[in-house]
Amino acid sequence: MSDLADLAVREAASLMRRGDVSSLEITNAVIDRAGVTESHLHAYLTFNQDAARAAAGEADAARAAGRNGGLFHGIPIALKDNLTTRGTETTAGSKILSGYVPPYSATVVNRLRDRYAVILGKTNLDEFAMGSSTENSAYGPTRNPWDTERVPGGSSGGSAAAVAVGSALAALGSDTGGSIRQPASLCGIVGVKPTYGLVSRYGLIAFASSLDQIGPFARTVGDAAGLLEAIAGHDIHDATSYRGDVPPISTALQTGVAGMKIGVVKELSGDGIDHEVAAACRAMYSKLETAGARVTEVSLPASETALSAYYLIAPAEASANLARFDGVRYGLRVDGDTTEEMMARTRAEGFGPEVARRILLGTYALSAGYYDAFYGQAQKVRTLVRRDFEAAYEDVDVLVSPTSPTTAFPIGERIADPLSMYYADVCTIASNLAGDPSGSVPISLDSAGLPIGLQIMAPALHEEQLFRVAAEVERLAEFRQRPELATSEVRPA
Amino acid sequence: MRGWEAVIGIETHVELQTESKMFCGCPVRFGAEPNTTVCPVCLGLPGALPVPNEEAIERILRIGAAFECTLVEGSLFHRKNYFYPDLPKNYQITQYDLPFCIDGHLDIDVDGDELRVGITRVHMEEDTGKSIHGSESGRIHDAKFSLLDFNRAGVPLVEIVSEPDIRTPEQARAYAAELQRVVRSLGVSDARLEEGSVRFDANISVRRVGADEFGTRAEVKNMNSLRSLQRAIAYEIDRQIALIESGAAVVQDTRHWDEGSGKTTSMRSKEESEDYRYFQEPDLVPLHVDQPWRDRVFASLPELPAIRRHRITAAGVDRQAAAVMVEAGDLADLYDEAVSLGAEPRTVGNWLSGDVVAYLRRNETSLADTHLRPDHLYELATMVGEGALSSTAAKDVLARVLAGEGSPAAVAEQYDLLQISDAGALEAEVDAVLAGNPDVVAKLRAGDMKPVGFLVGQVMRATGGKADPRIVSDLIRTRAAAG
Repeated sequence: MSDLADLAVREAASLMRRGDVSSLEITNAVIDRAGVTESHLHAYLTFNQDAARAAAGEADAARAAGRNGGLFHGIPIALKDNLTTRGTETTAGSKILSGYVPPYSATVVNRLRDRYAVILGKTNLDEFAMGSSTENSAYGPTRNPWDTERVPGGSSGGSAAAVAVGSALAALGSDTGGSIRQPASLCGIVGVKPTYGLVSRYGLIAFASSLDQIGPFARTVGDAAGLLEAIAGHDIHDATSYRGDVPPISTALQTGVAGMKIGVVKELSGDGIDHEVAAACRAMYSKLETAGARVTEVSLPASETALSAYYLIAPAEASANLARFDGVRYGLRVDGDTTEEMMARTRAEGFGPEVARRILLGTYALSAGYYDAFYGQAQKVRTLVRRDFEAAYEDVDVLVSPTSPTTAFPIGERIADPLSMYYADVCTIASNLAGDPSGSVPISLDSAGLPIGLQIMAPALHEEQLFRVAAEVERLAEFRQRPELATSEVRPA
Repeated sequence: MRGWEAVIGIETHVELQTESKMFCGCPVRFGAEPNTTVCPVCLGLPGALPVPNEEAIERILRIGAAFECTLVEGSLFHRKNYFYPDLPKNYQITQYDLPFCIDGHLDIDVDGDELRVGITRVHMEEDTGKSIHGSESGRIHDAKFSLLDFNRAGVPLVEIVSEPDIRTPEQARAYAAELQRVVRSLGVSDARLEEGSVRFDANISVRRVGADEFGTRAEVKNMNSLRSLQRAIAYEIDRQIALIESGAAVVQDTRHWDEGSGKTTSMRSKEESEDYRYFQEPDLVPLHVDQPWRDRVFASLPELPAIRRHRITAAGVDRQAAAVMVEAGDLADLYDEAVSLGAEPRTVGNWLSGDVVAYLRRNETSLADTHLRPDHLYELATMVGEGALSSTAAKDVLARVLAGEGSPAAVAEQYDLLQISDAGALEAEVDAVLAGNPDVVAKLRAGDMKPVGFLVGQVMRATGGKADPRIVSDLIRTRAAAG
């Protein structure tokens, strides 16, 4: 039998259900894998071996006692370190939260714990989820398992790398402008940003509140669907949380795409997209047509200004969200002669350059005299983006595009050039502005052996359409490759 | 201030005494141990999110409705950004261009003159924590250390902004007092200045009488009583007039009232004022206050103090007595119940606003802790009306009823205070006095009625003060003439 760390969640769950393996055995395999890979990748900021083994033992005992937590019962998973975990340090990748141990857990964490999921630890991220490469972490970058000289994408790079390499069977990330989908694409795994409001944000350390959404990473579409189902649903602690029923996600996986209308986003097909990436996507569109879908080209005119609007709205909200890190109540404090000086020194020392840049940008965008030209204008663009999508979805069921304009880029290549880094999100940002669900599925490797991901977008609260197409793409792509760091091949679900 | 006119607007903050805070489940409790009624939300911990308290929204709508405001259908919360140690998130969730209530008014009465003060807006915000500064002045600038208590952080706070319709310190005081009464009558807050559950800030400017333009204004804070509000405004008006008359200009600033020195001092000038960078709170969704909800709020309003005073005065009660009862609230409630049983309004009003208030003060107690019931008042007023009890004796009975000695009839009986109003029972006493004073009777018969009072006094003495003097007087006249 191949290494348990390479099992898909559904395989692991059925083995445990049959009593063939225990959660502790799977958890130990994953811990062993991390022992090999972490020195190469640095996917984790906190890795709680002992707590994970204890949780696995509890999951096994609960199963023996007849309790069933569902698909994730006993499955070792990782959490992005911007999700608060009671009793476990939560840093959001920032020095300003170094040593901060939250007194409460995020709603998604509680839901997974209640279902006997085994939490391995907290994964690396760009500081406060601001970045597309995980290089902005105050604790050093995470490396791409396919090529350790390259970035895993970001900001949820740690979660993506861990799942890709087998140091977790699945993971949670957060996506504000592509922070789940882009690293999923660059690491060759599945990542989904759900509809805004479908998953509670309570306990997610906010970057941009109107855009942030928690979502799953997994090696298969089915596992991502299962993880999303485990965390979705209304939460009284989040006023923006959706009150209705969760869309029927897992049941849509076997439906196929026959008769579906798929729109290819015109603005994300040509200029600025790496030609190998574009070619791989086109090949997949043909396969989808062969599988019975009707594929047409659709224009989203506002998507060209979406990136600019995003880089005003997100920093503006961040400038307020990050104001609370002032040294008064928790986290880093750098003393000063006055309160103001203490706050200023704490923030100057505690925030990295990208976070400082965005706070300044956002503060400026909201300032008297500039509000209308910047923040106000950006909100208008956001409305236009929404309308574009609404119009498009009158004609098609889902939209598709590359997830990332390029495959994984070398560490250090873009860090000194913020605009080229921001461009990494060009394909993913519009879905956040619209609040719609969107996911990335690996389709192939480029000539350098780096994964290419296809992005599938669907109307709000129509995750079932997204997953229907994603499952078909997964079948058609037959993407079985694993990074060399993972010691064995992944087996089909 | 001859030739000058002051222009005053008042911003009022009212803490709502809801069960829980505005955006979390922490209890709202005055005087709890520091930092014991706190949670991740009101401490602004990373990842925590606000969820609006529907009861607080219901209450602000009641306040707005009491001022006859328009209740806004699609109200929004905004973030007001500024750094201060007792503001946990370093932004305050408040309202900006779409508050819950707009365009209302409050009618006030200043020594018989009616004045309508416009209410610009009534909006909801969260309160801050409290800083306790370790310095002699108690202010941050020279503090050696500061202590923070976040119990108050997140308590629902309603801000009521008046139009600059107020012209004198007396009007300002009357406005503040009436506003407190309205808020209390709604049962949304006890609105106590001493406990900080209501705070008044005044915007003050002066101009020459007849001028159309407003002068430069100063905002004055830290008035801890209605009296200090009036004093601070009077001081500030004088200060501004003196400045202008000396050739200087008023600087737009925020000023701190010091009760001890009786002066205002500058806290910060307009140049130092911050850009709050308001933007819509993305953690909350727009609040849809629909027509049925608005109708329900208006329909559920209690009788407001001004209307209640009018009603009670119209029933024949003195203005002052009505004002005292309505101010206290529970006195007016008792009045209404007694009158509804049939008690004579004016008598009951005088007792409640005079004798009962004096009794409560003397015994340092509250009405609820006395034994006085509406039917007692009815019984007592009826006894006086029927002549069974003198008004002097009634006061004695009332005090004993308050103290719990029993019903008015039982007390009057026990202390032998009932009047003899039966003419038949008094005839013998009158005849005896007339027989004993033939000289005086002769004077009466000669048409000199002056000695009647003397004879009444004799009968009262003979009956131990229990005779009804009006009846005795009548009897003396008729029987002396007949004799």
